[in-house]
Amino acid sequence: MSKPTRWGIFWRTVMGRAYPRVIGMQRERSWLFFDTLLPLLQVSAFVFIYRAIQAPPEFTGFVVLGGAMTAYWLNVLWSMASQLYWEKETGNLELYIMAPTSLMAILLGMAIGGIVATTVRALAVITLGLLIFRIEVSIVSVPQLLGVFLLTLVALYGLGMLFSSLFLLWGRQAWHLSNLFQEPVYLVSGFYFPVRALGFVAALGASVIPITLGLDAMRQLLFPTMMAQFRFLDVGIELGVLAVLSIGFLWLARRALTYMENLSRREGRLTIRGQ
Amino acid sequence: MSTELAVKTEQLSRVYKVEKRGARAGEREIIALDRVDLAIPTGELFGLLGPNGAGKTTLIKILTTLLASTGGRAWVAGVDVAQNPWEVRRHINMVSGGESSGYGLLTVEENLWMFSQFYGMDGRTARTRIGELLEIVGLADRAKTKIFHLSTGMRQKMNFVRGFLTSPEILFLDEPTLGLDVQTSHKLRGFIKDWVGKRAEKTVLLTTHYMHEADELCHRVAIVHNGRILACDTPGNLKKSLQREVVFRLRVTAITNPEELFQHLQGVQRFSHEDVNGHTELNFILEDENALPPILTLIQHCHGELVSLEKRDPTLEDVFISLVGRGLGERAGGVGATEGEPG
Repeated sequence: MSKPTRWGIFWRTVMGRAYPRVIGMQRERSWLFFDTLLPLLQVSAFVFIYRAIQAPPEFTGFVVLGGAMTAYWLNVLWSMASQLYWEKETGNLELYIMAPTSLMAILLGMAIGGIVATTVRALAVITLGLLIFRIEVSIVSVPQLLGVFLLTLVALYGLGMLFSSLFLLWGRQAWHLSNLFQEPVYLVSGFYFPVRALGFVAALGASVIPITLGLDAMRQLLFPTMMAQFRFLDVGIELGVLAVLSIGFLWLARRALTYMENLSRREGRLTIRGQ
Repeated sequence: MSTELAVKTEQLSRVYKVEKRGARAGEREIIALDRVDLAIPTGELFGLLGPNGAGKTTLIKILTTLLASTGGRAWVAGVDVAQNPWEVRRHINMVSGGESSGYGLLTVEENLWMFSQFYGMDGRTARTRIGELLEIVGLADRAKTKIFHLSTGMRQKMNFVRGFLTSPEILFLDEPTLGLDVQTSHKLRGFIKDWVGKRAEKTVLLTTHYMHEADELCHRVAIVHNGRILACDTPGNLKKSLQREVVFRLRVTAITNPEELFQHLQGVQRFSHEDVNGHTELNFILEDENALPPILTLIQHCHGELVSLEKRDPTLEDVFISLVGRGLGERAGGVGATEGEPG
C-alpha cells in the first residue's frame, strides 16, 4: 500500500469520524421524541404566550426558528464542546492522538456529522412548527438565507471546536460548563425573541455567540416587515461579522488544540490514570 | 541512529510532579522512568516485564507520542519522538489491555473501518483486511454486531484487529491479555507470535506482568522495576543466570508472617510467598540444597504441614525475585527478600 498523504489522511479522518454521528442517528431513534417533540412543546409555550398577549403572528415564526436553532446549540455544547473530554474517558482520545492524523480533522468530522444529524432534527422542528402553527414566511433572498445559515453553522461549530480543547483542559468541569452555558445563551442570543429587545449593547456582547447574529439575520430574511422595527444590525454586516467569527474561531480552535496537546503531553493528561 | 533499530532510548526519564494537599502542601516528584537505555532491533518481539507501577506504560506512552519525557531521548523507526511525533505515528499502532475504545452504536467492522480511516487506508483495503483479521481471531461471525453487545474477550479481540489492521512497522502491546480468559489469551498470544514470526520487518514491544507470557513470546525481555531496567536478555539467558542456585517451591498449610520466619535463615538467597487456595506457597532461591532442612524444621515448628515440595528449574519469576527481592504479585510492603544479600 502506498503511503497516504497528509491531506488524504485528513479527509478520510473527517469522513470516518462523521460516520458514527450520522449512522448513530438512524440507530438511536429516540431523537424523534426527545429532539423533535420536546423542543416543540417548549416552542408551543412561547407561541401561546405571544398569542395570549396578541403579539403579531410573525412572533410565532421567530419562536419556531429559535426552537429549531436550539438543536444546534445543544449539539455544539454536548456533542462538540464536551466531546474530547468524553473521548478521553473512553480511551478513544489516545488512539486519535496516536494516529497519524490531525485532531482538527477529528473535530471537523464530529462537526460535520453533528451538523448532518442535527439538521434533520431542526428541519423536523421547523416543518412541524410551520404546519401546526401555520406560519407564513416571505423570503427576501434564498442565497442570502442559505449564506447566513451556513456561516452561522461554521462559526458556531468553530466555537464548539474551540470549546472542545478548553473543556478538555478543564477536565471534569466540562459537564458543569456545558450546563452553565446552555440556558443563559437561550436568553442572550434571543432564541425566542428578537435580540434587539435586550438593548444594543447587550446584543452586541451576545454577538460573540454566532447564533445571535445568525438568528437575527435569518429572521430579517424570513419576516422582513416585522423585523424592520426589531432588527439588530443590517444583514450584510451580520454576514460579515459571521465570516470573521468563522475564521477567528477556527483559527483559535487550531491554536488551542496544539496548545492543549502539547500541554497535555507534558503533564500526562491525554489518558486517564491507569490507561 | 541506525534505522535498523526499531526503538532506541538514551537515558530516557519521566518525572511526574504531584501536588500535595493539607499542611504539607507543595509538590512532590514521582520518578516513573529513570534513565532508561534500550535498543530494540527491527524484527524483535521485545518484552518489558515488571509489576504494576514499574514504569512500563509510561515508557510505552512516551514511545507512542502520548507523553513527553522529562529527560533523555527516544527514537521510534529512526525518528525522534519529541521532534517529529507525526512521523513516528505513521509507523506505529498500539493495543492496550482493558481498552474500551470505539462507539457502542457501531458494529465491529464499522468501528474498525473508522479507525482505519485515521491512518488514511482506502476503503477496499481496509474492508479486506478487517475480514481477514476477524477470521483469524475468531470474530468473523460478530462482524455485524454492535460493540456494546460484545463480551470483554470479544472486545479485546476487536482491539487486537484494530492494532494489526494498519500493519504497523512497530506495534506496542500494553498488557494485551489483561483480564482475558485462558483460552482467549492463548489464542491471542499465538496470533502475536505468528504475526511477528512471518514478518521479519515487524517489531513488537510487549509489556506484561505475566511471566509465562513474556517467556512464551519474547525474543528478549527487560525486567523493569521502579522505573529502571534491572536486566535485559533472552528469557533463556536470564534464567541461566540463576542456575548456580537451587530453586524450590513448597506448598504448606497456611502459616503466618513467613517473611519473619525465613528472613534471616542462612542459605536463603531470596524467597517470595503467596496464598493459594488456603495454602501458603513459598518460593525459595537457595545457595544450595543444604539450606532446605532448616526451612522444613522451621515450618514444622510453627505447626505448618508440608503439602508439596518441588525442586524446579528457574523461571522468569525467580529471576525477578532475585533482582527485586519480591514476586511480581507482591506489594512493596510485603517484601520477603533477605536484605543485603546478592540479587
